[in-house]
Amino acid sequence: MHPTIKRIIFFSVIIAFWEIGSRLELWLPTILPSPSMVLDALITGFEDKTLIYDLVASFKRLAIGLALSLIIGSALGVLLAKSKSADETLGTVILALQSVPSIIWLPLAIMWFGMNETSVIFVVVLGGTFVMTLNMRAGMKNVNPLFVKAAQTMGATGLDLFVRVAFPASIPHVVTGARLAWAFAWRALMAGELLSTGPGLGYTLRYASDFGNMSLVIGVMIIIGVIGYIVDQLIFQRVEKNVIERWGLES
Amino acid sequence: MFIEIKNIQKQFIDKENKPITVLKDINLEVQKGEFVSILGPSGCGKSTLLSIVAGLTKANSGEVIVNETQVRKPGKDRGMVFQQAALFPWLNVLENVTFPLKKEMSKKDANEQAKKYLQMVQLSNYLHHYPHELSGGMQQRVAIARALAMNPDTLLMDEPFGALDEQTRSRLHGQLETIWTETKKTILFVTHSISESIKLSDRIIVMGTKPGTILQDIRVDLPRPREQYKKEMLEIEEHIMGYLKKEIDKVVSEELANASNN
Repeated sequence: MHPTIKRIIFFSVIIAFWEIGSRLELWLPTILPSPSMVLDALITGFEDKTLIYDLVASFKRLAIGLALSLIIGSALGVLLAKSKSADETLGTVILALQSVPSIIWLPLAIMWFGMNETSVIFVVVLGGTFVMTLNMRAGMKNVNPLFVKAAQTMGATGLDLFVRVAFPASIPHVVTGARLAWAFAWRALMAGELLSTGPGLGYTLRYASDFGNMSLVIGVMIIIGVIGYIVDQLIFQRVEKNVIERWGLES
Repeated sequence: MFIEIKNIQKQFIDKENKPITVLKDINLEVQKGEFVSILGPSGCGKSTLLSIVAGLTKANSGEVIVNETQVRKPGKDRGMVFQQAALFPWLNVLENVTFPLKKEMSKKDANEQAKKYLQMVQLSNYLHHYPHELSGGMQQRVAIARALAMNPDTLLMDEPFGALDEQTRSRLHGQLETIWTETKKTILFVTHSISESIKLSDRIIVMGTKPGTILQDIRVDLPRPREQYKKEMLEIEEHIMGYLKKEIDKVVSEELANASNN
């Protein structure tokens, strides 16, 4: 059986049980509203455009935050790969920072930047940067020395060697780094928005929760999950697969 | 002399911090347009010597002069072909071959030039293929075209056919011979295959090991193509085998000694 068909059946069964259970009042709608109520909440949200504003606001922050973290992360990664001293000092700090959830920076960020967008973006940047740094570093360290030698015999030196050989050779690591950076940034964004101000998906989630609108809470959770899935599976996995094939890394 | 290798010494530091002499008193002169093979058992430093001529490795003492210029770093006057094709996987065949040309000519001219050499290695139909789509032999032909495209005076080849199967290797020998006759390049060709060196070269430099030294400089005067001179080639092969046997015995006995010490 085709995996897509399996998935459709799987989700249909879950939604059916959920709906039937709700109709039979096995649980209260305030605990778990039925799928049709969630759907209604989503339709209302999109019709009065609040969810659209939320999506736009969240994506704007994500785009700025992720772009910054990719740029900063790549630069730091190259620095760590090229300078042994930087690797032995800054490298340890980054390794430590990478293991903590970036949301713990939010209280500090609010003190520094105020209860606003900048604080959330700051947390998103911290969420994505370090994993990008570590992958960029690994990519640079693992450039096949033969590529470098070959390029040198063809007259490439210095910056030319970096731009035309070392960087493209490390693209597979860059793609993995970007994918993980996106995943961390997306989580950081939702956490940041939950604890900060709106508009934004996370903010609406908390707002709905404060007002006991459980249908909207679940609706927003579904949106967050679906977006995560789409970006990861349809964008990053495809790019990664393409790169692995092109770079001849298939096992 | 076109290539002059003078008193080259090269040492490496091993794991126990002891210096190992890889090359000792290497002196060699090569004329313009000559096809010279450097032949020796593994570990005799023949690849290191080629790498020094390429400018990728520094010798501890001595100098290499190519076309009246001392070699200090790699240069486009010396094209290099490695045992692995070393093609860039993110570029297609045509882009790989134009890689060294980007800086010095327009895109159109670079493409023209690249196509000319790809035709020489009979790969005109694969311009837009990526390296992972080609066989090992095809990849190596692209690597040769890429080295030739810079139009270097010298071609340095480090066991270029070592990783290929026998039939492919034999076909590429023919192609290389044709290219050499057409382009008049000076070729330094590192190999551990005696028959390969006899089939291709004007001169064979036989190297011994531990430390790497030049044992013999043998001239091969057979007309080309040499397939028809099987008997003569076999005689030369036995002659060279005589020199190499002692060297190989030396390597084997040393390895055995090491093994028993451990």
